Amino acid sequence: MEVRQQRGRILIGKLGLDGHDRGAKIIARSLCNDCFEVIYTGIRRTPEEIASAAIQEDVDAIGLSLLSGAHNELVQALLKALQQTKGKDIPVIIGGIIPQEDIPHLKEDGVHEVFTPGTPIQTILDAFRKVTDEYRHKKHYQTS
Amino acid sequence: MSKHPAFVEWEEKVLKKTLERTPERVKEFKTASGIPVERLALPETPGDKYLSEIGFPGQYPFTRGVQPTMYRGRFWTMRQYAGYWTAEESNKRYRYLLEQGTTGLSVAFDLPTQIGYDSDHPMSLGEVGKVGVAIDTLQDMEALFTGIPLDKVSTSMTINAPASILLAMYVAVGEKQGISRERLTGTIQNDILKEYIARGTYIFPPRPSLRLTTDIVGWCSKEIPLFNTISISGYHIREAGATAAQEIAFTLANGCTYVEAAIRAGLDVDVFAPRLTFFFNASSDLLEEVAKFRAARRLWARLMKERFHAKKPASQMLRFHTQTSGSSLTAQQIDNNIVRVTLQALAAVLGGTQSLHTNSRDEALTLPTEDSARLALRTQQIIAHESGICNTVDPLGGSYYIEGLTDRIEHEASALIENIDRAGGMIAAIESGLVQRQIEEAAFEYQRQVDSGERVIVGVNQFQVQETVSPPVFRVNTSVEKNEIKKLTEIRTKRNNQKVKDALACLEEAARGKDNVMPPILEAVHEYATLGEMCDVLRGVFGVYNESKGR
Amino acid sequence: MNEIDEILHGIRQKDPHAIGRAISIVEEGDQMAGAILQTLDDETVFTATIVGITGSPGVGKSTLVGQLISHYCRQGHRIGVVAIDPSSPVSGGAFLGDRIRMMRHTMDQDVVIRSMATRGRPGGLCAAAGAAARIMVSSGCNPVIIETVGIGQAEVDVVSLADITVLVFAPGLGDDIQAMKAGVIEMADILVVNKADCPGADALAMEIESAVHGRSCPVCRTIATDTTGIEKLASVIHDVAQKKRQNGQFAGNRQKARELEVLDWAVEMMRAKLKDHLRSQSKQIKGDPRTIARKLIEEICVS
Repeated sequence: MEVRQQRGRILIGKLGLDGHDRGAKIIARSLCNDCFEVIYTGIRRTPEEIASAAIQEDVDAIGLSLLSGAHNELVQALLKALQQTKGKDIPVIIGGIIPQEDIPHLKEDGVHEVFTPGTPIQTILDAFRKVTDEYRHKKHYQTS
Repeated sequence: MSKHPAFVEWEEKVLKKTLERTPERVKEFKTASGIPVERLALPETPGDKYLSEIGFPGQYPFTRGVQPTMYRGRFWTMRQYAGYWTAEESNKRYRYLLEQGTTGLSVAFDLPTQIGYDSDHPMSLGEVGKVGVAIDTLQDMEALFTGIPLDKVSTSMTINAPASILLAMYVAVGEKQGISRERLTGTIQNDILKEYIARGTYIFPPRPSLRLTTDIVGWCSKEIPLFNTISISGYHIREAGATAAQEIAFTLANGCTYVEAAIRAGLDVDVFAPRLTFFFNASSDLLEEVAKFRAARRLWARLMKERFHAKKPASQMLRFHTQTSGSSLTAQQIDNNIVRVTLQALAAVLGGTQSLHTNSRDEALTLPTEDSARLALRTQQIIAHESGICNTVDPLGGSYYIEGLTDRIEHEASALIENIDRAGGMIAAIESGLVQRQIEEAAFEYQRQVDSGERVIVGVNQFQVQETVSPPVFRVNTSVEKNEIKKLTEIRTKRNNQKVKDALACLEEAARGKDNVMPPILEAVHEYATLGEMCDVLRGVFGVYNESKGR
Repeated sequence: MNEIDEILHGIRQKDPHAIGRAISIVEEGDQMAGAILQTLDDETVFTATIVGITGSPGVGKSTLVGQLISHYCRQGHRIGVVAIDPSSPVSGGAFLGDRIRMMRHTMDQDVVIRSMATRGRPGGLCAAAGAAARIMVSSGCNPVIIETVGIGQAEVDVVSLADITVLVFAPGLGDDIQAMKAGVIEMADILVVNKADCPGADALAMEIESAVHGRSCPVCRTIATDTTGIEKLASVIHDVAQKKRQNGQFAGNRQKARELEVLDWAVEMMRAKLKDHLRSQSKQIKGDPRTIARKLIEEICVS
């Protein structure tokens, strides 16, 4: 049976010590249903672990859920780790409890999108589709 | 008023005793218009089904409540969860709440503390003081309770994996205040199983964690008999996406696991069971929630009697604390949350809760500001003093809808528990991901309903407005981390490091063997060993837990 | 240096970025795939051992693999893991969660982990997994573990890529070994009863031992969660591999695996061409499909 061409590979995980993974799991599953391959790395990951896994898996995007208020410090550390491991072009999308006033800074630092509670899932899926399309195009995939 | 013999017996044997101990708040209860309010509304002639399934409050199977007079005697404890930043700031907030009429303290710890890391551990980066208070040593605990006499307040601590250590610190603070252990009252959450299922702040694997739990339960029943040793929690399971039936099924199944473990460890069920408490969620479907609480009481009473042969009524009673659902609150039009919390609090009171925390309206944005926190407390006070629902016991009992729904939820929950039994018990079910998968399914289905618009969330997928006002957001001072680290460095030089080393060695020996770990922990706490140091010893002995693959 | 040279250089330098890109290029069937794979050194690839680990969901494969990684690292090996999970036949997506149990090795320079989806293709999985293993070997990995569930046909084929096949069981999962795909048990070189401390483990071990009676197939017991039996398992894997190299089975298997990969690539490439041809014939398909198929193949071979 022929299967739809998958859209891309996305790493989904949680940075920091917060363990509430309901949101991350829903996003992971929604992405799977939308024809993505999701590498799910679970909770309590350090920025370095996420960056390292993203490189090994050659993902097309990283999606992180952050609920404990530590987003500024942790996202900064992640972006730094991605820089150091040649992953600075991998698009990063984050979601969670993030005050509006922090969002511009996060985007300036390099985060592609920030989603807060109440965002419809389709909006999030569309964002992932967009960034992965662009990134895969950059990687020049040409099937033989 | 019914004069059925069963009712008369209840009045003589159960009600009378309670009235002697705790007289009702007023001599005569009346509605706002002056109509006399009866204590308990009953059918004219209670039939067999009524007597066996519904019964009377304060009597098996406790469907209508665990006390015969419920809020006619005493209101529930208004216990607002709070804690952030430093021990000194939290102390100020507690004293404020006590002045405003809170009757019990509830401590929130930051994530490093909950997971057994000191504030200077690399994993603590960005997390110190964010979701609760940072506690590294006894010094922080002393600061937390400065000016708060521990024999005058009841303190609930939301702490699980390192509960033994925080409890020891609390006892040590009491000792320093000159208060003997037997007078301390409060609760530690100490429910590690739900951490693997829904909350994620575990440290050690399930089996050694159960040993720690039974050590605490055993030690407390001798040393601090008034302390509630476990708050078996469904709140987080519900927040993770579980349905009402799943919430009580998985919670009670966890409860059974603890009871089994304690019995295996040689403890007497009628000694420790009266100190078990529960912690549930009050979600938005008001009537379903009321039915859920009633079903939970009946189901637990049956489990305790039939499965564990508990004889004392106190062992069969399901006493619970409730928190209104955090995940139901929205970041859009936050004043709507005040209405949501009110309805949810109403459900908890109509459902017979013993203690209640109401969320603040800014829940979806950040930790609450002082104003929001006060308003949440006022919500409870208005329900208690102005709504009239507290003047009769189990007002919704007897409603066709409520009784039918109670039966239905109990039935569903019972089937789920049997499923877990067949899978080899809760620990096996957790390790295989069986429980987590069911919750994920329910969560996904809920999200699907919201996304499709089938389920309306006012302000989010219907009745939206263009938000113009940016509500004040509570910011945690980021210098907290630096200051905590400084304090840690200082205390490590000031204390007697040899004594700390010896105490930690004793702890390791007890952990490796069969001795109760509480006494060596207390020793180490008194010497100002840090939380991280003590947890590292235990990590060395028990190992650490790795998340289940889930799928 | 052009991109291909950069990647090849990076693989030899053990650069995770280069290895990751190379595997993606091969998986996507990118034009560069051939160039990369051609330059991988056959001799190096022959010296490494590829261990296939398979078994039903819930037996503890990922935990076991995690422990084997720790063991091999302590012994100073550089190790690669290809963790395969099924793609959804409905959505085309996949949930690749094996990595969770191996995350403690993410920061280790000498551990290369790659999650791969089956992508539901009749061909292509062996090609991609085999190529990924060879890329890892070229970066110095030995052994390389391929972890898969072993339920679908494609996954059973992946198992045949491995030099040593380890089939894992666990008690209490309602696993009737008679119900297990006959092919998989016969292909296994080593059988493992994991969760050996759980009730039913002894009975299961006996059942397995009688199923392989008459064949030299070691049965190991492990408790992956506390590392019990892991060292023994690694040593058994080593012994079986040695034996196979000495009696020529190793080389024979490799040749068979090679053939399988070639067939797999061929089917992958043909499939795309066949689809295009079929689509270009705008008229409706009428008549016997078998005859039409033969005609189609003849057309392509000529063109």
